Amino acid sequence: MTSLAFSLLFALAIAGYVWNLMAARSIRQSGARMHSLSGFHGMYSFLLAVVPVMVLILVWQVLKGPVIDRMVLGGLPPGTLDGVNAGAVQLILSEIKSLAGGRTFGTPEDWKIEAAERLVGLRQTAAYSLVGLVAVVAGGLVLFARLRVGAEFRARHRVERIVSGLMIFCASVAIFVTLGIAGSLMFETYRFFERVPLTEFLFGLNWEPQIPLREDQIAAEGAFGWIPVFLGTIVITVVALFIAIPVGLLSGIYLNEFAPRRMRAVAKPILEILAGVPTVVYGFFAILTVAPAIRSAGAALGIDIAPNTALAAGSVMGIMLIPFISSFADDALSAVPQALRDGALGLGATRAEMMTTVLFPAAIPGIVGGILLAVSRAIGETMIVVMAAGLIAKMTINPLDSVTTVTVQIVTLLIGDTSFDNPKTLAAFALGMMLFLVTLVINVFALRIVRKYREAYD
Amino acid sequence: MYDNPLTKRTAVTHEVKISARGVNVFYGENRAIKDVDVDIEDKTVTAFIGPSGCGKSTFLRCLNRMNDTIDICSVKGLITLDGEDIYAPSIDPVQLRAKVGMVFQKPNPFPKSIYDNVGYGPKIHGMAQSRADLDEIVERALRRAALWEEVKDRLSSPGTGLSGGQQQRLCIARAVATEPEVLLMDEPCSALDPIATAQVEELIDELREQYSVVIVTHSMQQAARVSQKTAFFHLGHLVEFGETGQIFTNPHDPRTESYITGRIG
Repeated sequence: MTSLAFSLLFALAIAGYVWNLMAARSIRQSGARMHSLSGFHGMYSFLLAVVPVMVLILVWQVLKGPVIDRMVLGGLPPGTLDGVNAGAVQLILSEIKSLAGGRTFGTPEDWKIEAAERLVGLRQTAAYSLVGLVAVVAGGLVLFARLRVGAEFRARHRVERIVSGLMIFCASVAIFVTLGIAGSLMFETYRFFERVPLTEFLFGLNWEPQIPLREDQIAAEGAFGWIPVFLGTIVITVVALFIAIPVGLLSGIYLNEFAPRRMRAVAKPILEILAGVPTVVYGFFAILTVAPAIRSAGAALGIDIAPNTALAAGSVMGIMLIPFISSFADDALSAVPQALRDGALGLGATRAEMMTTVLFPAAIPGIVGGILLAVSRAIGETMIVVMAAGLIAKMTINPLDSVTTVTVQIVTLLIGDTSFDNPKTLAAFALGMMLFLVTLVINVFALRIVRKYREAYD
Repeated sequence: MYDNPLTKRTAVTHEVKISARGVNVFYGENRAIKDVDVDIEDKTVTAFIGPSGCGKSTFLRCLNRMNDTIDICSVKGLITLDGEDIYAPSIDPVQLRAKVGMVFQKPNPFPKSIYDNVGYGPKIHGMAQSRADLDEIVERALRRAALWEEVKDRLSSPGTGLSGGQQQRLCIARAVATEPEVLLMDEPCSALDPIATAQVEELIDELREQYSVVIVTHSMQQAARVSQKTAFFHLGHLVEFGETGQIFTNPHDPRTESYITGRIG
């Protein structure tokens, strides 16, 4: 029935478009100077009908369920629900709904069957009235739009305003979703800090989130200090950046300025393929190739190295980040005007001098942007570290040791059967919140640095 | 110089600085410059005029090997600077460009301070031993470009913040700071207003005392005002080359006459 309402709306709107278009054309043909092109008059009618009626249908759909429920419950024989608690009322309601859907369990009481019949009736009435409402409102709007067609009517301005309103709506969707995510994170984090003191979480040096789930279970009391976990993230991120920044920057510079055309034509797509490799495949690579190689290299040198090292996970993550940094560097360097290259070369600079003294400083904002994005990715990267880093939180900055990261802990805390009212599960949200804050701070900080030191070239 | 009639301008002949013989330039298959022979004299302003696409900028860019930076461009023929072939394998284009400075059509100051813009060339060529040396070079270059008085109090502010005419004079200062012997100017006034243009033209006339200046221009009035020698290019050919007064008052070639009287181009 809803789809009928939608089809009706669109049919009316299209009819309104054609109607207005024809009307505007005939005015134009009669020789009058129109303010707007005929198409805008048509578009005005279409948008005027579609936008508000669409909102109306959505609101109707949201409100329909609860309103019908209340009407069904209100129509039950008096006294039926006396002394019944809220949960039981919901149970009765769903039994009525099952009956209405044709699924009968056991032998229901007569008043339930009666209520189910009434529910079916109400639903049908609702559907018919929605279609009727859509027809009346959309038809009215189309008629209204038709009446406004005239040489003086500024249809273009109206259409532009409606379209820019739609664009603002789309832009705000992203903003509100972000706020929503942050809000839900904050709510769960608050519940976590009701159970575990903030100071223990922020300054604790122990991370052992195993706590008894049942009263009679034998387990240690959990400890929730996030520092060792975050330290692990930092170690792996630093290792990754140690590989990604030099390799990425130099390959970006090479591709942009020094590579012969043919080399560039081959190398650039390959780098882009590297960016498209799924992280789980990088995980395989880390655990099956890189980690054993590091381990055997360590054995050859007489060092005992853990099977899950920060070095293995971090270096593979670094490889994953190379294409990010190199393509950002390449783009930023390409955006520097040719005139600056000519200027430097014309003064007798070598290409290397031109790169280091003119192009690179001018491209710094873009390059730092790429590096920041890489840092955010490294901190938030999950799959590689889940596969290749360890699970035990240790206070260490030795990259040859096994460390765990914030994302790995979030994953392990939320895997399996969990109840959402104990600190073990809620800790995942607190960790997520910290991750969010850290990335935010890095971004804000770096943006300010870039703005301060950028060499604007336009 | 403005009240010196073209015909009465005395032609003083200086020694030849740059000499080109049989120069051809190809962009891929396309021949942009066809068998050009020209002698550019020292302490003289030589103007290249001609309609758009006639190859005058391309030829100018041959003189400091800026065409090397374009992959598909190749230069054939002989160009000598002080008798030395500049396309010889022994010549480093980087050294050459330090000797043959260039000012571009659009002012292109680096996104650095005024001081660093002017000091750029001297720094990369190791011309200053100390900060004091560099200060002196920068001041001298800015004075020579007639910009010192306007910017001396804000040497550390960005060069991109200056007005268009000031930016172009900054680029000239940047070019003369490396003490070149020849200054190539590729339509240096095309992005400037008439007042800034007059300042730059006056500057070009002063620069003639020390340098050989080659200027590409679209404006025939400008060529007549600033140059002693004029070369007229048409469709890749050097049609006529001679004293500016003679070119503008008594051209030998009918194409030159058509162009300067406004019938072609």
